[in-house]
Amino acid sequence: MTDFAAPKNLRTGAGQRADWRLMLLMASFCLCYAAVVLNMGLLAATDPTEPVIGDAASKGRPVRGEIIDRDGNLLAANLPAWSLYAHPHVMKDPIKVANALDRIFPDIDRETLLKKLTGQRRFAWIKRPVTPRERQLVHDLGFPGLHFGNREIRIYPAGHAMAHIVGSVRAEREDVRYTELTGSAGIEKHFDARLRAPELAGQPVRLALDLPVQQAVRAVLGDGMERLTAKGASAVLMKVRTGEVVSMVSLPDFDPNAKPIFFRGKAEDSPRFNRAAQGRYELGSTFKVLTAAMAIEAGVVNAETMIQTPSQLKYGRHRIGESHRMPAQMSVENIVVKSSNVGSAKLAMMLGTRRFKEYLEQLGMFDPSGLELAESAKAKPLLPPYWTDLSSMTISFGHGLAASPIHLAAAYATLANDGLRVRPTLLAGPQEPGERVFSKETSREMLRIMRQVAVRGTARRGDVPGFEIGGKTGTAEKIGARGGYDRNRVISTFASVFPTSDPEYVLIVSLDEPTDRSGRKPVRTAGRTAVPVAAEIVRRVTPLLDMRPRLAPVTEAPLTLNTGAE
Amino acid sequence: MLRHGLAMLALTIIAIAGWAYSVNYNTMTAFDRVRELRGQIAEEREALQVLRVEWAWLNAPDRLQRLTEQFASQLQLVPLVPDVLSHTAIVPFPEDPATTVEIAPVIDRSGLIPVPVSRPAAWRAE
Repeated sequence: MTDFAAPKNLRTGAGQRADWRLMLLMASFCLCYAAVVLNMGLLAATDPTEPVIGDAASKGRPVRGEIIDRDGNLLAANLPAWSLYAHPHVMKDPIKVANALDRIFPDIDRETLLKKLTGQRRFAWIKRPVTPRERQLVHDLGFPGLHFGNREIRIYPAGHAMAHIVGSVRAEREDVRYTELTGSAGIEKHFDARLRAPELAGQPVRLALDLPVQQAVRAVLGDGMERLTAKGASAVLMKVRTGEVVSMVSLPDFDPNAKPIFFRGKAEDSPRFNRAAQGRYELGSTFKVLTAAMAIEAGVVNAETMIQTPSQLKYGRHRIGESHRMPAQMSVENIVVKSSNVGSAKLAMMLGTRRFKEYLEQLGMFDPSGLELAESAKAKPLLPPYWTDLSSMTISFGHGLAASPIHLAAAYATLANDGLRVRPTLLAGPQEPGERVFSKETSREMLRIMRQVAVRGTARRGDVPGFEIGGKTGTAEKIGARGGYDRNRVISTFASVFPTSDPEYVLIVSLDEPTDRSGRKPVRTAGRTAVPVAAEIVRRVTPLLDMRPRLAPVTEAPLTLNTGAE
Repeated sequence: MLRHGLAMLALTIIAIAGWAYSVNYNTMTAFDRVRELRGQIAEEREALQVLRVEWAWLNAPDRLQRLTEQFASQLQLVPLVPDVLSHTAIVPFPEDPATTVEIAPVIDRSGLIPVPVSRPAAWRAE
């Protein structure tokens, strides 16, 4: 070994020994190179991996994003679950297995299970999803050939309250390792790509809705619906400044965690139908506020202008009448407060069909509402096929155009938001300010008139002290079975804004076929049906929305005065 | 001299080899431990998720409403309506200034306190 460091022998002492040393040296170099080449080959052949610090278990499977309300309450979440499958060919006694499984899962038909396990197939799903308890029971059986696959189940903790909003999912591409859930309705469908994006899995979708408010609205509306024996009901509570929908209820509703039950009957009577965003109804006199606002904005009248209001208005073969007696002439303010059909029709005529249509379009009455629900994209308002002057006259008091309560809420919010267009949204957070539809003066004037409706008009039962409610009632007769309007079947609506001095919320309450039987004669007008329900909603939700009554200054001396000194 | 140097070199190489060996094995056990901990974290996360969902489930508005109705006699809760809100100025505080100072900030910073008044819903009374 030491000779290695003294190579002078190489030159001088020729012979066998030197050759041998040279060979040894070359061999060792070859070995070294071979080792290097081998290592390089190995590196090239294997997959490049980092040292195993990161582990698959820590990252987990890609999960569907959660949905939360504005305060972070869970509305849709995932739970790990399992699906049970079998490899029948490794089973020793399939009949015994089938009997045992039948005892654990009473909902599985024993015959079909037996057929699955004794057939030729090498793979069979038995049940999905399986709860942890059932999984333990199957484990305890200890039969070979029974396996569990991973999957997720979607849970809607808010239950009925948010059923129409969150929507539903459906399992697609089921696999023993992973199941892909796809949105099939509501927010789940509209934001499906966003909820499935793996890079956004940790970030929930935050909605503008408020769960406690939603529950309160639902409870009050449900009570009202029951008391008035209505077929259905809907309510929309929207922030005036941002268009955020704080509450949207449609009754009857359903349990989103239960398996869908097949509904026999008309689609729009199904509990799954969202009356607030999907349903299109003639919203009746609530449109008079919009007509008056347009006429004032266009400058053809002001609130004090007197209009001749005969008891009947003839247009060709058609007649427009009033629901009750009206004075022979009325101011624009009184046309709204007393709800005159003839007066509204005259305002629409003074405005002209072209301008009337322009304003309606700017208020969003010609397009789907743009709400982030899969269903509302299809809910385009129903317009007359040929728009004549007569169409303008009837639409001026809410007949001939069917829109969803969300459309109406957005139009009222636009009017209350100093005339700047408000677009409804289910997502929390501010939006870009909309374009101007009405001037600030028109907005102020209409809010004052709407307040008068609650003070001395048809919505007197809706006045909750301290909240300055203003609005307009609407009682629209439904189209009867034999055509024409049916007097006994109405949709009664109350569209309101509160507080009128500084608008914060728009509330729309709509009842389908209500009847107030508390008096001697059954009453169906909105003033006796939708309005008291809306008032109760305001009373219940304002404390939850952190609103305090603005009390008028107390004129009488308080009972106790703390003067400190006597 | 050379022999000594070589011997030192050999010893150093052996020492370094020993050190490298131990570092290698320490790293491997550390990796194992990390993997184990990550597995535990994943398990805990899953448990957390289950508990979070269960919490939301137990606090479901339907369930809470059913329970408050069921235990209405013990709880004696009434819906929160604006009529139960008032101004602190109207509340007759005790005259002792010390107590007044003590109580006022504790009750409500916004100057409004809820007064427990049971009041039936307006339209039910009609």
